[in-house]
Formats: sequence, C-alpha cells, structure tokens
Amino acid sequence: MQALLDQLDALLANNSIFTLQTLSFYGDGLVTTVQLVFMSLIIGLILAIPLAIGRSSKNGLIKWPIFLYTYVFRGTPLLVQLYLIYYGVVFVEGIQESWLWPVVKDPFVPALVAFTLNTAAYTTEIFRGAIKATPKGEIEAARAYGMSPALTLRRIVLPSAFRRALPAYGNEVIFMLHASAIASVVTLMDLTGAARFVYARFYAPFDAFLFVAAIYLCLTFSILYLFRFLEKRLLAHLQPMT
Amino acid sequence: MKKLLTLSLLGLAVAATSAQARDDDQIRIAVDVPYEPMEFRTPDGELTGFDIDLGNAMCAEMKVECEWVVQGWDGIIPGLMARKYDAIMSSMTINDRRRDKVLFSEPYFTPPSAWFAPSTSDLDDATEDSLDGMTIGVQRGTLQDNYVTDMYGNVADVNRYSTADDMVLDMESERLDIVFLDYPVGQSTLLESENRDYKVVGEMLTEPKKYFGDGFGMGFRKRDQDLADKFNQALKTLKDNGTYDDIEARYFDKP
Amino acid sequence: MLDLQGYGPRLLEGAGVTLSLAVLSLVLSVVLGLVTASAKMSRSVIAHRLATLYTTLIRGVPDLVLMLLLFFGGQIGVNALTDWLDDATGVDIFININEFIAGVVTIGLIFGAYMGETFRGAFMAVDHGQIEAGKAYGMNDRLVFWRIRFPQMMRHALPGLSNNWMVLLKTTALVSVIGLADMVRIASEASKATREPFTFMLVVAVVYLLIASVSELAFARLQKRYSIGYGEMD
Repeated sequence: MQALLDQLDALLANNSIFTLQTLSFYGDGLVTTVQLVFMSLIIGLILAIPLAIGRSSKNGLIKWPIFLYTYVFRGTPLLVQLYLIYYGVVFVEGIQESWLWPVVKDPFVPALVAFTLNTAAYTTEIFRGAIKATPKGEIEAARAYGMSPALTLRRIVLPSAFRRALPAYGNEVIFMLHASAIASVVTLMDLTGAARFVYARFYAPFDAFLFVAAIYLCLTFSILYLFRFLEKRLLAHLQPMT
Repeated sequence: MKKLLTLSLLGLAVAATSAQARDDDQIRIAVDVPYEPMEFRTPDGELTGFDIDLGNAMCAEMKVECEWVVQGWDGIIPGLMARKYDAIMSSMTINDRRRDKVLFSEPYFTPPSAWFAPSTSDLDDATEDSLDGMTIGVQRGTLQDNYVTDMYGNVADVNRYSTADDMVLDMESERLDIVFLDYPVGQSTLLESENRDYKVVGEMLTEPKKYFGDGFGMGFRKRDQDLADKFNQALKTLKDNGTYDDIEARYFDKP
Repeated sequence: MLDLQGYGPRLLEGAGVTLSLAVLSLVLSVVLGLVTASAKMSRSVIAHRLATLYTTLIRGVPDLVLMLLLFFGGQIGVNALTDWLDDATGVDIFININEFIAGVVTIGLIFGAYMGETFRGAFMAVDHGQIEAGKAYGMNDRLVFWRIRFPQMMRHALPGLSNNWMVLLKTTALVSVIGLADMVRIASEASKATREPFTFMLVVAVVYLLIASVSELAFARLQKRYSIGYGEMD
C-alpha cells in the first residue's frame, strides 16, 4: 500500500508522462473513437432495418443470403474482418488510380466499413428477434382495422419491435465501443492507439493503459445511463404497475 | 492479510508455467521479428538474420547456451526489466532515453536512419515544407518514431506500425508517402523489393544524438554488468578473428 | 486450388493454440463465474461489493485494453510482489508469465465477469420450492447444491453460457496483437510475407466458423440433456 502511495506521489510530483503532448494524443484519440463508433452504429442501424425485415421474410431468396451474411460476420472475429478489408482493398485491380483511393487510403474508412458491416449483422439479428416476438394479437388487430401488410409493418410491428430491441441494442452499442479498440492495429490513433503510443514511448504500461481504461469506463457508463433512461421512457408500458 | 497474500501468491505460482530459481546457465535473448535483414523468419518459422547469427556466434564464443525469445517491439524493454529474458539483441539503438532503463553493450553495428519513398515520388528532400500533409510511416516506439513525432508530428500524418512488415505493405499499397527506417532494413525490404522501385530521399541521418544515439547495442538489466562485459569480450574476439566480417558479408552489400 | 505456400503446418499449430487458449480460458472463466455468482448472492457485504466491482470494471473496459494492461503490466506487478517477498522473507523466486498463460488468465478474467452474471441469473431462476423440497427430504446443503441447484441452474445458464463461449472464441483473436502465435497472428504474418491477405485470412475465417458451428451443435445437445423432464415445455 505504501509503495502504491509513493508511486502516486512520484507520479504527481514528477509528471513526465502526462504532458501536453500526450494528453493531446489522448484527446484526439477520444474524438476518433467516438466518431468511429458513432458513425458505424448509425450506418449499421440504417442497414439493419431492411435486412431484419428481409431476414424475417418467407422468401428463401431474400432470407438465406441475409442469414449467410449475419452468420459469417457474427461467427468470425472482427479483427479478421478488419484485416481482410484493410489489406484486401488494396488488391482490388486499379484501385490506386481510381477516385475511391483517397477515401480508402486512410485507415479510418476501412475500419469504418468493417465496424459497420459487423454491427449491422448483430443489429439485424437483434431486430429479427424483436420482430419475431411481436404478439400475434397486435398484427391481427391491425388486419381487422384493414391495414395493408406494409402499413402494419410500419405502424405496428416496427415501432413495437424497436422498443423490445432496446435493451439488447444498448449492449450492442457498448460492445461496439469496446470492439473499436482494435482500430489501433491498422494505425488509427484512437484511444487505445494513443495509449499504445504513450506506452511504447515511456515504457509505462500502468500509466498509459489505466488512464485509457478510465476513459472507456466513463464512456461505457454514459451509454449505460442513456439507455436506462430511454428504456424508462419508451418501455414504461411494460413496467410492473406499482 | 498475510495469509491471503500467501494464498494468492501460491495461486500465481501454479498459474505461471515456470516458477524457477534464477539461473545463469542459459541466457535468454529477446528479439523482435521481422526486421529484415537484421532479424526475420524463414517461412518454416526459423529465426535468421544478422543479429541472430552474431548473437549465436557470441554465445558459442562464450560457451553458453542461448535461447531466442520473440517479443514485440513495444514491450521489449519492459520485458527485460520484468526478467522475461536476460538481454535484448534486436537492432536497438543506444541512446540516452534508453540508457535510463537499460545497460548497453558496446555498439556492435552502426547504421544511419534514412527516408524511403517510391521512386516515382516528387519528394527529393525531407523538410518541414516538403513533408507538409504527407503520410509518414514509422515503427511504434522506435527512435524514428520519436524523431518524426517531435519534428514533423504537427505538419504530417504519422502512421505507427507494430512491425516493419506492416509498414512495408502499406508503403507498397501507396497508403504511405514516405517511411523513416534504419537504412539496412529499408535497403533489404524496399530498395531490393521486386514489387516496386524505391529511392532514398534526402540525407541519411545520424544526428542529433538525442534521437539517433550511438549505434546498435545489446541491452541488459542495470545490475547485470558481468553479463554485458562477457558479451563485449566475445564481440571483440569475433571482430579480431574475422567471424564478424563473415557474418556482415552474409547480410549486407559492402558499399 | 488453395495454396498455403508452406505456411500450412504453422497455421494448423496456430489453430491448436487458438483452440486450447479458448478452452482453457473457458474453464477458468466458468470457475471465476461460479465464484462471482456465489459472492454476489452471499450475505457478506464485502464479498458482494468486491464481486460487483470486479464485474463492473471488467465489463466497462475493452478486452484489448485489459489484455495490454495485464500482459505488459502483469509481469511487472508480479515481480514487484516477488521482490517484496524477497526483501521481507528472503525467499527468492521468479515467476515467469509466458504469453500463453497471460492470454488464458486475461481472457478467463474478462469472461469470468460475464459468466458471473449468467450464473447469478440462472441460480436465481431455480424454483425455491425445489430447494425446500430437497431440504425436506433431509438433504444437506451440499447435496442440495449438487443434486438440485446445480443441474437446474445449468439448464437456465446454458443459453448464456453458449453465447459467452461464442464471444470468447472470437476474443482469442486479440492475443495476436500482443504477440501470441495464434492462427490470426500466423495468417497475418503469412499474408504480409506473401502479399496474399485473402488466402490466409479466409482460411482462418472458415476455421472460426467451423468451430462456432460445431460448438453450436454441442450446446444444442447439452441443452437437450439438461432439459430432461421439461418435455416440450420449452
């Protein structure tokens, strides 16, 4: 314990690691991480809605390709997907000369694509489960009102499925935040990338990684409370009466 | 409290593969691969390269058994301090920042650092102006990383890689405009590459000493002065009897 | 056809590393999970708080960051402890943590937290009347645990367990970042050396899918076994 206190003292007195330079690395890293996670979640969500509807379809030609996609992306490590996209894209014939190159040259875009495809696969399955769990009575009631299948989907099935999917989706958001740490392996300077830089420069694993762990912890809790709040608001009708 | 500590220690001892008394018969040397031609693997996984051959020759000269331990670069000094191995021989440049943590042998090799770019590149000099807006590749935690981060971190994008291999691949795919490397490594991975043509940009650098230090040395823990002395002696013998030159000829073209 | 350019045997070795790493960390995480679940359900406030702290911290930080911290910091921490022991008692031991063990411990520690939550929920789901019935039959606490609580808990825990295993399996890929020669590491070395990322990474992806599919089948069978007596109810 005394050793720990001494170390803390030394850290504060002679702070050679957390200088303005390294703190700005952590700051930029925070921005990169939040951008990457937020953008991939939004795009993934937009992709997942039609995919989930298709995945619940009775038409095999629609259903099975989507199943294959979610099966592969959920069954393999995100790291492997990231490697494939980051290194794979440069082997597309003539890519370096095309207009796309300035876009995919930067590690941010391949990472974004990998993360988006990954989260879209998980989100599709979450929504599919929620759609499947729609009470039959709700659909029958909509039919009885003379709604078309499309209208039923839009007005009845999807809104109630979204609410039911909320807790699972909250987990997915946290999962993505944590998964984004691997962006540092393709040279992106996200939060973890900043920590690895500081570690390699100062040979100080505890300082570098504990600091970044604390930032992630704060982010995780913010997401957690946001979703708790949303659940309270949107799922109020499912709460037990008191 | 004491009991708890003893218990958890016991648990750790069981968890770890080897709880052993420190012994001196076998010397474990850490190396980070690939870093061609200094140290790299053949496809079947065997270690080879200048450092490996020279290290083995020194161990043979000292009549001790040496074991190579492969360790990622960014953990190589902490690993030494943590006694995962007894020495580092991995193209590590001797400089003051590292002297704080590590006891160095005499330098056994002294290469400069150099900038490499595709031969089609417009770059013919590495200055703050010419590197403005460029993407520079370096290996994370190397002296080249420190130099580039401090000198050009504000004007250029710096991509940091875990291994030199990753960097070369991104150079080939044109993700990087220019890389900063130990010259022999750039020479064998880029200049002699069959895939593309590369050139050296600007001057090779050995100054300022604050960054570029005094050549490659073996690293030891501070209290292992005896071990360092033994290796220094062996190096001297190998230089005198010509073995050193033989090994050098194996990996480098004499300019 | 598939040409692995001499990397085949090493890839196979890597697959072995991945699999043994996954299985060993699963075992560790199940043990830790059971301990955590009991701590959370115990009446001791300290045990409860410690377990909550453990699960909260672990689940709040990315796996990779924990791995880097434990892997790079772990040995320094252990050494500080052995040095202290040397000073205090004169016992001079050196504990070398190799990468594989570090990987197992890290992944086990991470998933122990998730398993803890799974087991806690499952223990709570066991009908209390069953436990009382067991006691009425004159079973002691241990017998009640092994004959009634554990088997029934497993029925409720299996879906969560299976889910955790799938995530754990994929998490093993992260050890390649800290330098352990699992199949992802070897595939990435091979693809850089040969400039053929698709060949090796796709092989690795297929192996992961294969392991996942086989374990899915195995879990389905287990689920059947532990659901005996519940018939078509679920």
